[in-house]
Amino acid sequence: MRKALLALPLLLVLAVLAAGCGGDDGGSAAGDTTTQEAASCEKDSLDLVTPGRLTIGTDNPAFPPWFEGTKQFDPWDPTTPPTKKGYEQETAYAIARELGFTDDEVTWVVVPFNQSFRPGAKNFDFDINQISYKPARAQAVDFSDSYYDVEQAVVTVEGTSIANAMSIADLKDAKLGAQIGTTSLEAITERIQPTAEPSVYDTNNDAVSALKAKQVDGIVVDFPTALFMAAVQLDNGKVVGRLAAEEGGEYFGVVLEKDSALTECVNQALAAVKDAGTLDELEQKWLTGSAPVLE
Amino acid sequence: MAHRQRAGPRVDADAGRASRILGGGGAVRSTLIAAVSTVVFFGVLAYLVVSSPGWPEVKEQFFDGEVFRESLRDITPRLWLNIKIFLIAEVFILVFGLALAILRGLPGPVFFPVRFMSVAYTDLFRGIPTILVIYIFGFGVPALGLSGVPTSPFFWGVASLVLVYSAYVSEVYRAGIESVHPSQEAAARSLGLSRAKALRFVVVPQAVRRVIPPLLNDFIGLQKDTALVALIGPVEAFRQSQIEVAANFDYTPYFVTALLFVVLTIPMARFTDWLSARQRRRMA
Amino acid sequence: MSAVELHGVRKSFGDHEVLRGIDLVVEEHDVVCVIGASGSGKSTLLRCVNLLEPIDAGRIEVGGRDVTAPGVDPNQVRRGIGIVFQAFNLFPHMTVLRNVTLAPREVLGRSRADAEAEAVDLLRRFGLADKRDDYPDRLSGGQQQRVAIVRALAMRPQLMLLDEVTSALDPELVGEVLNVIRELAAGGMTMLIATHEMSFAREIANKVCFLDAGVILEQGPPEAIFSAPREPRTQQFLQRIVEAGRL
Repeated sequence: MRKALLALPLLLVLAVLAAGCGGDDGGSAAGDTTTQEAASCEKDSLDLVTPGRLTIGTDNPAFPPWFEGTKQFDPWDPTTPPTKKGYEQETAYAIARELGFTDDEVTWVVVPFNQSFRPGAKNFDFDINQISYKPARAQAVDFSDSYYDVEQAVVTVEGTSIANAMSIADLKDAKLGAQIGTTSLEAITERIQPTAEPSVYDTNNDAVSALKAKQVDGIVVDFPTALFMAAVQLDNGKVVGRLAAEEGGEYFGVVLEKDSALTECVNQALAAVKDAGTLDELEQKWLTGSAPVLE
Repeated sequence: MAHRQRAGPRVDADAGRASRILGGGGAVRSTLIAAVSTVVFFGVLAYLVVSSPGWPEVKEQFFDGEVFRESLRDITPRLWLNIKIFLIAEVFILVFGLALAILRGLPGPVFFPVRFMSVAYTDLFRGIPTILVIYIFGFGVPALGLSGVPTSPFFWGVASLVLVYSAYVSEVYRAGIESVHPSQEAAARSLGLSRAKALRFVVVPQAVRRVIPPLLNDFIGLQKDTALVALIGPVEAFRQSQIEVAANFDYTPYFVTALLFVVLTIPMARFTDWLSARQRRRMA
Repeated sequence: MSAVELHGVRKSFGDHEVLRGIDLVVEEHDVVCVIGASGSGKSTLLRCVNLLEPIDAGRIEVGGRDVTAPGVDPNQVRRGIGIVFQAFNLFPHMTVLRNVTLAPREVLGRSRADAEAEAVDLLRRFGLADKRDDYPDRLSGGQQQRVAIVRALAMRPQLMLLDEVTSALDPELVGEVLNVIRELAAGGMTMLIATHEMSFAREIANKVCFLDAGVILEQGPPEAIFSAPREPRTQQFLQRIVEAGRL
């Protein structure tokens, strides 16, 4: 009885606190409107993290075909000297050169995938790491235009129940895995919609471990990564197929701090790189491979 | 260990304790004063927090009402997986930990290898970080492809937690067993009970009762470590909140999960208190 | 056949030699009281008889059998010997009834019904029937010690060892325990009793041993020891007791 009496005022206080917390959908004032002047993209007038240097972010390890280490098929560690190999690494240097930087003026920093598109100040000028444009993400950070149009793909090993799948329906009974926070995971939950819950992993590497341990039947990742996994990381790996690119399509863009003055400049540089045919060359070099489309 | 006679009826420990917490004096009056004091104290605290300069931003990032409700709806069912994990694991931990403690105490030179293995086991599994054990057993062992060995991440997640926590719990049991006065075992042996039966009926029951608080404390820790199973695939409450945060960039789902875990823990903590108080009365 | 015989028994704890050659014979139905100063080895002597302590030299025979020989199962020997300690040592997590029935059920294999019936009988005999479902912490010291005696008796031992069983009790509780011992003696139980209660020893013992510095310095019938001790040290010891008003 006595103890119950004591609980009442405590509940009262908790209720007051809760009222102060909940029921508010307004949030902060709707987006700050920063009028961007068409700022000059002269190298010397760029607003950079470290003046005079271009700081580029990516994850560690950075995997082929996007980044390659000194030995063929090896991943690259951004804390070690740049190898300038890999689709994204070479694209990054191409953009840097367009902006007027020499290769030596480029610095790499490690940024875990999930943190790259969080709101807040950044320690990089741009981040390139197979980050798909999404409206929700674009509210937190700036995206450049596309440097690669993405397709999701399903990768497995010979002998699993989906090794010979021909359509999305064939995947319904499979146990699939993907990295957390990725469009690949969304592809599972929104497009494939298998009956079994997808398994979620911190990294694609963990997903590969799970596939090797026969804990999942297949992994969903972007198509080029799927090719790499099947060819290099897995024994008897196989890309089952691609998910058809949707209307409006999914694409990779580099990520910059929200409302960065650099975004426009990067887009200009990217456009120049595209026009020069560089991206096509890089695609030929790094991203060839084929797999059927799963409908 | 001489016992003096207890004169008269036993003192009512509960009333005394309640009165001590409330500060003595008449019971109802004490409660009233305590109530008013509580309201004032927490009221002032709440006001200070809510009126502080950064509050609107913090509220939006961590305590957004809309996101809170949605997340609560999505995360709560996932908590069931955490609960299943710790309920199953705890049973095995209590048994395996006791076995390790008893093996460690087997006397005589012939049992040296057994004692050695027990010590080596506790050193090993208290030394390796739990997260590492989960990776090694969760991914590594199934990858060996040995026939008859299960591959399920749920199985290996539970197994890893059992392996690690048994090491800690066995040390708790050992402390309990060593805290039972040797005269208890002497009395049991004097009645003709074998060492095994003396342990079983006299020493271990007393030992276990004595270490209930630290055992339950470890159990409460286990409830949180169930989140580590997410690393090898299963989507439990923590992972679900991670997924939600990745979608919204609002940290409120983390707050929801934290709240759920705390709510899970509180009954356990109060139960521990009640149980130890009862044991203290019984064994004083 | 004697109940207990000790021949040349020696026992050391580390460097400290506590028993330095004990020779003692206890016949059946004897009540032997061992007296002596604290630290003289009375407890150790009793603990050696029921094999709680291994001896370093000498021989102990119980019921004509050498129990200190290698290969003897101590558990089996202990079934026939009941020991009661100064600190009662009841099992605090069990009721009085369970304390008493534990060994009969687990060691002698008696059924629960039989063991409990006998236990209740013993408890009633010693005035403890209404305490059967209480936990030891609810009992007075005298009651706990009587339960300890009942617990030992439930095993139907041939021999009872009592180690200073009243030393930890408040004076007004000593009497009830002494009554129990009197009853046992009257019933013919062979007993080896270490005690400070000199008048009691004088009353019920048929042999008194004075233990001094690890040897039995003097032994004999109570009148001989208490009224006409031969050894000077015995005389000194008893003198101190008389001066303390305890004889």
